[in-house]
Amino acid sequence: MEENLTVDRSRVPLTKEDFVSDQMVKWCPGCGAHAILASVANVFPKIGYRKENFCLISGIGCSSRFPYYVNTYGFHSIHGRANPLATGVKISNPHLSVWVATGDGDSMAIGGNHFIHIIRRNVDLNILLFNNQIYGLTKGQYSPTSPMGSVTKSSPQGTIEHPFNPGELVLGAQGTFFARAVDTNVKLMTDVMFEAAKHDGTSVIEILQNCVIFNDGCYVPITAKESREDNQILLKNGEPMIFGKNKDKGIILSKLGLEVVTIGQNGITEDDLLVHDQYSQDPGIHLMLAKMAPPYFPIALGVIRSAMFSTYDDLVEEQIKTAKSTSPIKSVEDLLNSGDTWEIK
Amino acid sequence: MTQKKNKAVTKEDVVVKFVGDSGDGMQLTGNLFSDTAALEGNDLANFPDYPAEIRGPHNTVAGVSGFQVHIGKKVYSSGDLCDVLVAMNPASLKANLKWAKKGGTIITDIDAYDEKAIEKSGYTSNPLEDNTLQGYNVIKAPITTLTKDALKDLGLDSKTAEKSRNMFALGMMYFMFNWKQDIAFDFFAKKFKKKPALIESNKIALQAGYNYAETIEAISVTYNVPAAVLEKGRYRNLSGNIATAWGFLAASERSGRPLFLGSYPITPATEILMELAKHKSLGAKVFQAEDEIAGICSAIGASFAGSMALTTTSGPGLSLKSEAIGLAVMTELPLVIVDVQRGGPSTGLPTKSEQSDLMQALFGRNGECPVLIIAAQSPSDCFMSAYETAKLSMEHMTPAILLTDGYIGQGSELFKIPKVADLPKITPPIAAPNDPDYKPFKRDPKTLVRKWALPGTEGLRHRVGGLEKENITGNVSMNPENHQIMTDLRYNKVMKIADNLPDQTVFGNKEGDLLVVSWGGTYGAVHTAVEEMIKEGKNVSHAHFRYIMPLPKNTDKIFSKFKKIVVPELNSGQFVNYLRMVFPQYKYSQYNKVQGLPFNVSELKDTFNKIIKEK
Repeated sequence: MEENLTVDRSRVPLTKEDFVSDQMVKWCPGCGAHAILASVANVFPKIGYRKENFCLISGIGCSSRFPYYVNTYGFHSIHGRANPLATGVKISNPHLSVWVATGDGDSMAIGGNHFIHIIRRNVDLNILLFNNQIYGLTKGQYSPTSPMGSVTKSSPQGTIEHPFNPGELVLGAQGTFFARAVDTNVKLMTDVMFEAAKHDGTSVIEILQNCVIFNDGCYVPITAKESREDNQILLKNGEPMIFGKNKDKGIILSKLGLEVVTIGQNGITEDDLLVHDQYSQDPGIHLMLAKMAPPYFPIALGVIRSAMFSTYDDLVEEQIKTAKSTSPIKSVEDLLNSGDTWEIK
Repeated sequence: MTQKKNKAVTKEDVVVKFVGDSGDGMQLTGNLFSDTAALEGNDLANFPDYPAEIRGPHNTVAGVSGFQVHIGKKVYSSGDLCDVLVAMNPASLKANLKWAKKGGTIITDIDAYDEKAIEKSGYTSNPLEDNTLQGYNVIKAPITTLTKDALKDLGLDSKTAEKSRNMFALGMMYFMFNWKQDIAFDFFAKKFKKKPALIESNKIALQAGYNYAETIEAISVTYNVPAAVLEKGRYRNLSGNIATAWGFLAASERSGRPLFLGSYPITPATEILMELAKHKSLGAKVFQAEDEIAGICSAIGASFAGSMALTTTSGPGLSLKSEAIGLAVMTELPLVIVDVQRGGPSTGLPTKSEQSDLMQALFGRNGECPVLIIAAQSPSDCFMSAYETAKLSMEHMTPAILLTDGYIGQGSELFKIPKVADLPKITPPIAAPNDPDYKPFKRDPKTLVRKWALPGTEGLRHRVGGLEKENITGNVSMNPENHQIMTDLRYNKVMKIADNLPDQTVFGNKEGDLLVVSWGGTYGAVHTAVEEMIKEGKNVSHAHFRYIMPLPKNTDKIFSKFKKIVVPELNSGQFVNYLRMVFPQYKYSQYNKVQGLPFNVSELKDTFNKIIKEK
């Protein structure tokens, strides 16, 4: 893969310490956000850009305290608006590596409109979507990703709303990059963040994050030691989709859609399994993969989609370049004196 | 010329209004009329009067499109009532007769008055035959027939030939103002370079109209409008919204900060967005956002990243942007919010003008949230107002609201083209790389302005945000004393801008019976009213405010010299109540109108005269 060449690279190797801020981290002990922070500290030096070229933007919510804890240029903005703010940063200075820290309230509810439009435009930046299926900072109300029936402080009888699956939303909005990780797996988070940085366009990483206080255990079926291997599948580009404790389960594409099969049963061999193509331009299979969920399917982790399309910020620069080379108006002086003018003597 | 039976009248200013159906080409006709006047050396101000509907139903009042031109030796507004009304059909006459001066001239196309058109216009009988037009000098011209006759040799179809009616009418106006037809021919040659057939047909139609006017005896008056006494220099005609866009482009070039606009289309501000989108060759980055909030938030991001950031809107959009303006206040980033005001509340009167967003601009946010506020006074003044708002916003690291309105945004007037190099310098306080003393909220002790540290700069990594900041370090702080300190600092920083503002000027005597205080787009009408009253021997003066927040430092001193103060506004009394709050020691009268219409000079004079007489 080609590196994103628009951001200046660091002349010296960087380490985690280069990104440690002097602020005390105030998330609850045991919160999944700590692991996300550790992953970012791992991946930024690895990406290799100048440390001054990283820019971290957030909205409001527990997730959005993130910029304070990383020593980069940072902006903790207002509820739901991290994505348009980051858009302005990137268009203004395409030499920055822009990262957005946001949550299921910030980007799925109050900022839902901005979320679909930043994806549609394919602005070259990376969105870390902390999905804990609950409003933490306001102390435990349901969010747009809380499963139907969730009993929360604002839904004592259970929610009566159909939740969003962020992956479906991203692909529906013509997303070019979607990855999913769990907060219990720092290595996976680091890997997909690196992939996101490499991707030119809006990269969305959904991080399934536990909220120890208000939604503890919401991802237990996916993350618990005894069940996780049967309930998750780690997608790797070019490899057949195999999962399960005994590595004997797989995904095939049948006439009806995706199906879970057991290798060795009904004549199924590894050759029958779907091979992951994250770079496919067509999002059809990516969408099916993003929708998979227990109990009938494993949840897909890793990079689900990473397709090449033109980015908004590149096209902005291109239009400016074209205009500069073709327009007769090279300065404001030219503009003011263009068209019908006359001299009074 | 001696055989002419009409008399030539010299008149210091004349108001002409062209009205017709949306498709009748009234905007083009009005523009050509105004450009000709400019070339003949007149001062001018224009106002296009569009229907709210894009193409209202044919021949109905809802579909009437108009263009008013005020020309003269010196004019300050597009004028109140018109001396000449050119109405191309009964509906346009019906909609505009109330704007014609009693005794004024009405030119209309009698061919357009068939039964159906009269009925659709809402007239119950033919206004040319009943006494609707009594007291006016009516010229009933068979414009359609004569235009078609004149063009019959060109072999055009009837519909195409009819399209030149407007130029026939313009030809009549050329005769009425003793203008050389060559000026129009030059315009046609330029305007229709790619459609040579139109050059010829428009030329013939205009000539036919001119000759017709010369031949008939109905035109009893022709006008000689003396040339304006204008400063030497290069001029052009410019509308307020375009002037606003250009002022920002100039500020961007002079400051070296690339222009970024994040905006969402809204009447009557959209032209600024469209104009800036045309000028990518000057490096302008224009982002049409998914909504008003994304518009301003993208601009805040761009400002953080080092752009000269703008967002443009009208009243409803300003409401949506309130929270984000607070964020820009808290993070102390430069940002210009343009509000081209329209009638409100809610969707209100989108295409009509009002000054009713002043309180929203001053106070419409949560928390103690001061911003710089500047108001433009006329179409051409939008250029310097935009330039200055951007300059002060960047130099003082504060969001700023520029208030214009639909009337001056869409109106146009003569603009003296400045030399860009002569415009005031703009020096944004950009932090130097590796500045060992840099702290995000450390301030210049005199101006209280913090430094602008741009992402990408070595040695200046820092975080900003909407949570209260600790003084100097910018770290999050919930400390009570610190909040007081920061609140005071943010307020004082904005108030200290007054140290750099010019003194408020007064037109007329510096002391006297009555001071008329106005702001924004009412300048033309108010100035004209006061000027006329001074000529009539009244002891009245005028102070027109451009700087709303902070107010100029000499405001108090000016007010103290007058017995009475009156504040006319196109709202229910917003500036006057602000003044009552800031300077409670004075007694203010007010005159208010919220009809979506500009002030008439006559209503202002009546009001001011009454106030002078009151004991």
